[in-house]
Amino acid sequence: MRNVTCQALVDLYADSRFVFMTGDLGFMALEPLQKAMGHDFVNAGVAEQNMVSVAAGIASGGLQCWVYSIAPFLYARPFEQIRNDVCLHDFDVKLVGNGGGYAYGSMGSTHHALEDYGALLTLQNMRIFVPAFSEDVTVLVKKMGSWRGPAYLRLGRCEKPKDFCLPNYAPWRRLLSGDGDVLIVTGPLVGGFVEIMGQMDSTHRPELWVLSELPILPSDVPVELIQAIIAKQQVCVVEEHVAQGGVGQMFAHFILSRRLPVQRFLHFHAKGYLSGLYGSQAFHRKECGIDAQGVLEAIRQPHE
Amino acid sequence: MDNQLIKKARLRLLKMHYEANIGHLGGNLSALDAMVYLHSKVLSEEDIFVLSKGHSAGALYIALWVCGRLDDGSLSMFHQEGGKMTGHPVGGWHQNIPFSTGSLGHGLGLAIGRAFVKRLKQEAGHVFCFTSDGEWEEGSNWESLMFMAHHKLDNLTLLVDANGLQGFGRTVDIASLEPLITKFQAFNVDVQQIDGHDTTALAAALGLQSTQPKIIILRTVKGHGISFMEDRMEWHYLPMTEAQYRQAVLEVEQSS
Repeated sequence: MRNVTCQALVDLYADSRFVFMTGDLGFMALEPLQKAMGHDFVNAGVAEQNMVSVAAGIASGGLQCWVYSIAPFLYARPFEQIRNDVCLHDFDVKLVGNGGGYAYGSMGSTHHALEDYGALLTLQNMRIFVPAFSEDVTVLVKKMGSWRGPAYLRLGRCEKPKDFCLPNYAPWRRLLSGDGDVLIVTGPLVGGFVEIMGQMDSTHRPELWVLSELPILPSDVPVELIQAIIAKQQVCVVEEHVAQGGVGQMFAHFILSRRLPVQRFLHFHAKGYLSGLYGSQAFHRKECGIDAQGVLEAIRQPHE
Repeated sequence: MDNQLIKKARLRLLKMHYEANIGHLGGNLSALDAMVYLHSKVLSEEDIFVLSKGHSAGALYIALWVCGRLDDGSLSMFHQEGGKMTGHPVGGWHQNIPFSTGSLGHGLGLAIGRAFVKRLKQEAGHVFCFTSDGEWEEGSNWESLMFMAHHKLDNLTLLVDANGLQGFGRTVDIASLEPLITKFQAFNVDVQQIDGHDTTALAAALGLQSTQPKIIILRTVKGHGISFMEDRMEWHYLPMTEAQYRQAVLEVEQSS
């Protein structure tokens, strides 16, 4: 997704001027943007607190500012700068965090982003975008650039199956129909579900939805999804993020607020490092039980 | 600067804090002379002032009052319910208060952003940032100093209110950075050190032509101008009793 993001930003810059700051990251990805932007592209060095404050100052002076780093270095290290300098003022700063969830795999736990959108959504004015596929990034960069205010883009690795025909971007999309549970997934993790469920008969599989924008706005939740929940009364949420502040909790809140008749609610989420052992993104997903195969097996289990 | 102007400002600061029953006087009085001078004699419409040591909001409000940018009605709302005159400034509601500050180590980065965007947009005006000395224990400030020096932001001046006292002790006893001047000089910026209550010296320091970012260390006295407050840490916190307020007013009125 990084290269697609870079191209989308090059295109955006051709339409409207902004400043881009990186915390000394982006090798083999951001060079075209650096070339296109000249002095408006700034390597702020390994100094994320200052980078975010400077971005807020730039935005206060009238230029949108995009800020890039590996996700945890961007939302956790300078959290107070995001809170005080960006969000309290509602400044036009766009944060781009690479490596959502366990994406950095065996690089180690310091590089994982398991609580990014939950933490950031506690801040006023913040909006979150979680592209599931590379194609989403192009739409989302344009969308983020088109309005003034703080936002966070959580990048991962696109896992779209080769022949899958992706519906046009929307905050909520039904990717596959099915007679089983309503299954809601956030982020690139959904690619694995498409892969497996695409080979199943629709009468024997869940109905698969992907969510890409947070917080959950009740007005954005499609009528078709609500109707499916009412009909099936079974909902399963999967995300590469811890439970606290995650999509599962947000959607449970929506269900309760709307008094939807849900008899069975399952939430599969990141659980940190259960065994104390480390590995690839796939390793950690499997250990937490959020990999597609693990989830699909779990939801086939009878009700407790 | 006219001594009467600073006396007027000092008396108004005391009155505002006394009426609100609010402390933080020490750091306001150390900063007041320079802040009043900047606002009344230096800042133009294109210039921007960023108060990083947000606990000196009182001095900022008084400096704006001296210039006619805040009125007595506004000052009467200091720390009051349903107002905007908070103990640490809330940004955006007043043209001359661009940022919410109070957590230390943020203002310089914000000021750098403003100076940087002015350069990119080729806009006129200068950015002034005002920090405390204890605030330099924040790592973010050193990140900002690196950035400011590397990018040679000659449209930015940093002023450090070095009153030598911080929240729970003396700066030299807690995490001493002294001599601060050599630390700053190591970043290849223009650094001057002056008596922070001498506005003639401040005028000269501000007037220095340079192609580098500028830092002025203001050697000040916490609680300056009030004998029983000077260089005493408790006046970082305490509000005045009526007797203390009367004595403070008397001392200012009788000062030369």
